[in-house]
Amino acid sequence: MEQFKGKVWLLGDDIDTDIIIPTEYLALPSVEDMKKYAFSPLREELAGQIEKGDIIVAGKNFGCGSSREQAPEIIKQLGVRCVIAKSFARIFFRNAINNGLLLIENKELSDDVAEGDVITVTIGEKIHAGGKDYPITPLPENLMDILNAGGLVKAMQARNGV
Amino acid sequence: MGMTIGEKIIARAAGVSSVKPGEIHTIDVDYLMSNDGTTHLTIDMFYNQLKNPRIADKDKLVFIIDHNIPAENPKTAAAHKKMREFAKKYDIAFYEGKGVCHQIMLEDFVEPGQFIMGADSHTCSYGAVGAFGTGIGCTDFLYAMVTGKSWVLVPETIRFNLTGKLREGVYPRDLILTIIGDIGANGCNYKIMEFAGEGAHGLSVNDRFVLCNLAVEAGAKTGIVEPDEKVVEFMKEHGRSYEHLYASDADASFLQVYDYDLSKIEPVVAEPHFVDNVKPLSEVGEVKIDEAFLGSCNNGRIDELRVAAAILKGRKVHPDVRFLITPASNSVYLQALEEGLVDIFLEAGAMMMNPNCSVCWGSCQGVIGEGEVLISTGTRNFKGRAGHKDSKVYLASAATVAASAVAGKIVGVERL
Repeated sequence: MEQFKGKVWLLGDDIDTDIIIPTEYLALPSVEDMKKYAFSPLREELAGQIEKGDIIVAGKNFGCGSSREQAPEIIKQLGVRCVIAKSFARIFFRNAINNGLLLIENKELSDDVAEGDVITVTIGEKIHAGGKDYPITPLPENLMDILNAGGLVKAMQARNGV
Repeated sequence: MGMTIGEKIIARAAGVSSVKPGEIHTIDVDYLMSNDGTTHLTIDMFYNQLKNPRIADKDKLVFIIDHNIPAENPKTAAAHKKMREFAKKYDIAFYEGKGVCHQIMLEDFVEPGQFIMGADSHTCSYGAVGAFGTGIGCTDFLYAMVTGKSWVLVPETIRFNLTGKLREGVYPRDLILTIIGDIGANGCNYKIMEFAGEGAHGLSVNDRFVLCNLAVEAGAKTGIVEPDEKVVEFMKEHGRSYEHLYASDADASFLQVYDYDLSKIEPVVAEPHFVDNVKPLSEVGEVKIDEAFLGSCNNGRIDELRVAAAILKGRKVHPDVRFLITPASNSVYLQALEEGLVDIFLEAGAMMMNPNCSVCWGSCQGVIGEGEVLISTGTRNFKGRAGHKDSKVYLASAATVAASAVAGKIVGVERL
């Protein structure tokens, strides 16, 4: 199974889509232009601090709110390798998978880790953090197919020939 | 084992005799609605990322410009142009400046028993007429537009048994905010919220829309009320079909059942910055406001405009308050004109805005500045939702919003 390490950015409960990308920046021409404003209502400096391969760890209901797909796209563009949260809002969950952004649901991790910790994820198997293993429930097969294809558009190209 | 309404609609859309929670099914979508929030992104993907772009069935598509109408800068004007040209090229039903997308869908498209996906989170509203509406992103939209299909994970259903009647001065808006306050912003995550019982059937289609529309604020995939004679009447009035009237079976399985006695509900306010941060209006304390907003897909229909007009009649908006009123659609606006409500609003000193998403999503006119306070009938009060990141949004009913606009602070009508 694929394994990777990453540095933790720790966020709280109910990180909504207006926090991930406020409405006023949605008119910018591209996700590339928007990404520096990610999480700005909450932590203005965060977007500039996130480095490729980092991991966001959060509480419950991550991504609640709007269906704006720029939210998971921006997180992916910032280089975030995966988001681990106690739970995800459902539209965000679909949008993230459709954009090839890995999400992992785990009820305990956000209470146990600190910002800056380095944790190891073995996809579909476990998270290793602070000397402890946290099992991962694998995603249903058809969602893994979308994720592995690199998102829904690529999966559709392969599957439906469009 | 019987099925719930939501399960029956999924089974029909999937072309199978029954479905169970946890199963994943491929379904045919009855309508696909997209607005100017993300349609330009869908179109970009359609042209740039597909080798053989095609549309499965243009008659299932509805494009509605409502989020930034009229365009306020060249970038949104360009996004609108792209949408307009695409709709013309592929002969897609297209609305611009006619109202908020969900209101248009209710007025012109949705039928009981349909499965509808919309690139907007509040698509969950269509359960008001017994349809299954659910929000998706623009990539899911693209997939469904190209293939005519999508996938659904069959959700579990949570039933809200409503008994009794709301007291005078208490509104469905207070009821749904109370429910969300009780169960939390993810209390129904990935579930169906089914509103049932005599209390639900006593509500008008408009009032059911208010309940179902905010289902997503509890994390739900959709909200739904069993369609009854009121829905049949609504469909007849609008000249549409009502052949698929589903009801939950007596032996259907519900993950959980909540009971609410409507006569015990009282006026409430959702304080910043979460929709589940709900407290009784009587406990809010002294909160001065800078702006009041009446409108949105949740609360901008004729019923709410009537409530506000009854309060504003013969009164004036507080001199320190901007009161913005945005009817949810042109037909709502025309009705308000006919009933003389607009005269009352203007004489009171309110501003009438053209039907659109308006202050609710913080990008049309009416955004609020640093440190300002808004009381709103909109859908959300997230941090920065209606403007500056250090502003505050309180959510309440049309009655509380109108009374607060007059008082200059958050109050109920009894304190005017």
